[in-house]
Amino acid sequence: MTADSKEIFAKLSELLAPFNSKNIELKPDTEISTDLNIDSVSVMDFVMEVEDHFDIDIPLNVLADTHTMTDMVKVVEQRLAQGGSS
Amino acid sequence: MIDLFDKHHHTIERHSRMLQMGSDVVGLASTQMLSPTRAIIDGRETVLAGTNNYMGITFEEDCIAAGKKALDEFGTGTTGSRIANGTYGLHRELEQELAGFLGRKHCIVFTTGYQANLGMMAGLAGPKDTIFLDADSHSSIYDGCTLSGANLVRFRHNNATDLEKRLARHDPESGGRLVVLEGIYSMVGDRAPLADFVEVKKRQGFQLLVDEAHSFGVLGPNGRGLADEAGLESDVDFIVGTFSKSVGAIGGFGAGDHPQFDAIRYSSRPYMFTASPSPSSAATSIAAVRKLKAEPERRARLADNSKRLFDGFHALGLETCCDTVSPVIAVKCPDELAAIVMWNALLKAGVYVNIAVPPAAPNNLCLLRCSVSAAHTHDDIDLIIKLFGEVVASGAVAVSA
Repeated sequence: MTADSKEIFAKLSELLAPFNSKNIELKPDTEISTDLNIDSVSVMDFVMEVEDHFDIDIPLNVLADTHTMTDMVKVVEQRLAQGGSS
Repeated sequence: MIDLFDKHHHTIERHSRMLQMGSDVVGLASTQMLSPTRAIIDGRETVLAGTNNYMGITFEEDCIAAGKKALDEFGTGTTGSRIANGTYGLHRELEQELAGFLGRKHCIVFTTGYQANLGMMAGLAGPKDTIFLDADSHSSIYDGCTLSGANLVRFRHNNATDLEKRLARHDPESGGRLVVLEGIYSMVGDRAPLADFVEVKKRQGFQLLVDEAHSFGVLGPNGRGLADEAGLESDVDFIVGTFSKSVGAIGGFGAGDHPQFDAIRYSSRPYMFTASPSPSSAATSIAAVRKLKAEPERRARLADNSKRLFDGFHALGLETCCDTVSPVIAVKCPDELAAIVMWNALLKAGVYVNIAVPPAAPNNLCLLRCSVSAAHTHDDIDLIIKLFGEVVASGAVAVSA
């Protein structure tokens, strides 16, 4: 992980905390929906928090291939590189 | 080998827990329908307060007669798609009747309300387009958006400012832009602040679709829905609706004034690859739409009943999800367990309501959701209030200050 992606990982962990009711430890390969057992709407609500924090759009169709924390970090990096537009 | 059912174990456990607490929340059967507002459930006569039968129109003599006549004359089913052998005169007549009711140039009938949203989203938007949808949209909207292949951007519920922020980030030259709202949101009963969204539309430019599933027949001086109530019909490009609520049948529709609207018939898979509505359902729908037009007093009765239930709940100190009176009145419960206990107690006491828990209900809410009918009597409404007083307000549920 680069310094930037570590920072994004840390921020994502912070934003995910309210949804992680069982306080499961977040690792790069943690699957956000299945490992934390959070429903589809909660995942989308989490993504909305991410969008607002980074001022980017993450279209829902992108999420189909986004499972782990590392996947999510990559999506944020890509969207930031694109200037945040959808 | 991995069993395909392994992934469902959380849901299966959740359902088993529900079963241990009483009746099957998601598998209840009405063994006899006595009227739009009465059924036999578990051998007991039960007042129905969760049917979405807003107009109380399922047992009207003329609708039933129209359905029987269609059965006699057209048979039990169409055995075909609208684009093959499945379009009967009845389907055309229903489309014309609806277009007239809505004051729209075009209307397309789909086989269910769910498919109406699937068909409209997939017919309107494609992979290069972007659909901006309200976060609390119905599953059929989400599924339709997925089917369309469009980019999907979700904005905060009923928040026109949040939508505008997202529109501003989007390149309008990259493809078409469709914004999707609902007239009345099904779980909570709140309306979209349409005027705010129309202002954003004027500044940012997009095409606007309003799903009037729960507001068709219910809102507006003509019963056309939220856009009618708000006086903003000309700013709404497309309307979606269903026959399974105010029309008391099954099916759905999309309507609009776009000159190319009919292209949806030849480009929308949920329209093309399913059998058309049965003749009897189409025929009762025609009769029911005519009734909605001819009997505006149904809307007035529904509004009166809704206010009576809303005021009654508030007098009990119950916390409802929405401050505006609508036929959907959802009472907040502290958690899923409490909701299930209270739902069972209400059912045993003789009233059926819907239970809504996450993810079907938004914001982690656990709700006892009532839907009011024009066919409820004041005595029915008072009984529902009394039973909520005994079961819900008696202490188990949070009481608002």
